[in-house]
Amino acid sequence: MSEHAEHAEHEVSYVKVWAILLCLLVVSILGPFVGIKLVTLITAFGIAIVKAYLVAKNFMHLNIEPRYAVYLLVTMLVFMLLLFAGSAPDIMKREGRNWVKPAVHAEAQAPAHH
Amino acid sequence: MRPIATTRIAAGIPTGRLAVWWVVASEIVIFGGLLVSYIMHRLARPEFAEQAAHTNVWLGGFNTFVLLTSSLSAVLAHKAAVGGDGPKAAKLLYATCGGAVTFLVVKAFEWTAEITHGYTITSSTFWSFYYTAAGLHALHVIAGAVIMLIVAETAKRNLELHRVELIGIYWHFVDIVWIFLFPLLYIAK
Repeated sequence: MSEHAEHAEHEVSYVKVWAILLCLLVVSILGPFVGIKLVTLITAFGIAIVKAYLVAKNFMHLNIEPRYAVYLLVTMLVFMLLLFAGSAPDIMKREGRNWVKPAVHAEAQAPAHH
Repeated sequence: MRPIATTRIAAGIPTGRLAVWWVVASEIVIFGGLLVSYIMHRLARPEFAEQAAHTNVWLGGFNTFVLLTSSLSAVLAHKAAVGGDGPKAAKLLYATCGGAVTFLVVKAFEWTAEITHGYTITSSTFWSFYYTAAGLHALHVIAGAVIMLIVAETAKRNLELHRVELIGIYWHFVDIVWIFLFPLLYIAK
């Protein structure tokens, strides 16, 4: 295959990935109209993960980059999970055996002031 | 004489690209921390859904389309740079900048409407997260657009073409951040 033909083929595959991303975007927008929470979760966040994967793999070329870059990025994602695991038990509870969060209760009862 | 730091490759990745990967890694921690905090509050507070119902999913969707398309032009610019066609790479980078400007203009209209309706950064925890996350992302869009203009200036003279790939990697990351912000702020209602 000539260099020019190979170049053109790459451009077509990039456009294909872009077209798939747009189709996924449409699905993620239409998902909530079904009215089922599980469907919304899958079409919103499941599709977001697929879209991010497609961009990282095909546009950022992580599939052909040395493993070093992938390990570096995955390490940072693990730090995110650590943050979640470390602080979720406190942040996600409104009250415990000997404590409450008055501000959270107040915000839940009062609508946002305009 | 070139400094050793730009010629020595220990990780098997050219120095400039390695630096961008580290930038992206640090950005993951910044945006990741913000998004994880948002998710924790969202899961713990059902009232977030009532507030999220006021964001405009169509404008958010349009901006997602704009960023995905700008990512396509950025990767095509990279392809042109690999082929040694600097002027074409520069044109595609300008197109990517056009996407950045479109995104910011839509965001400006959106924020104006929301603020006029009384939804400000102090209205509730949801709106604090909304303006902080979208605002921080918008700052990254502005930074990316400015750097892209500088890179395009040299690229059109067929100089420093490797920079086209470097700004591309950053731009795709900005796109990925929005890919996650969109469902969190506009769809999960």
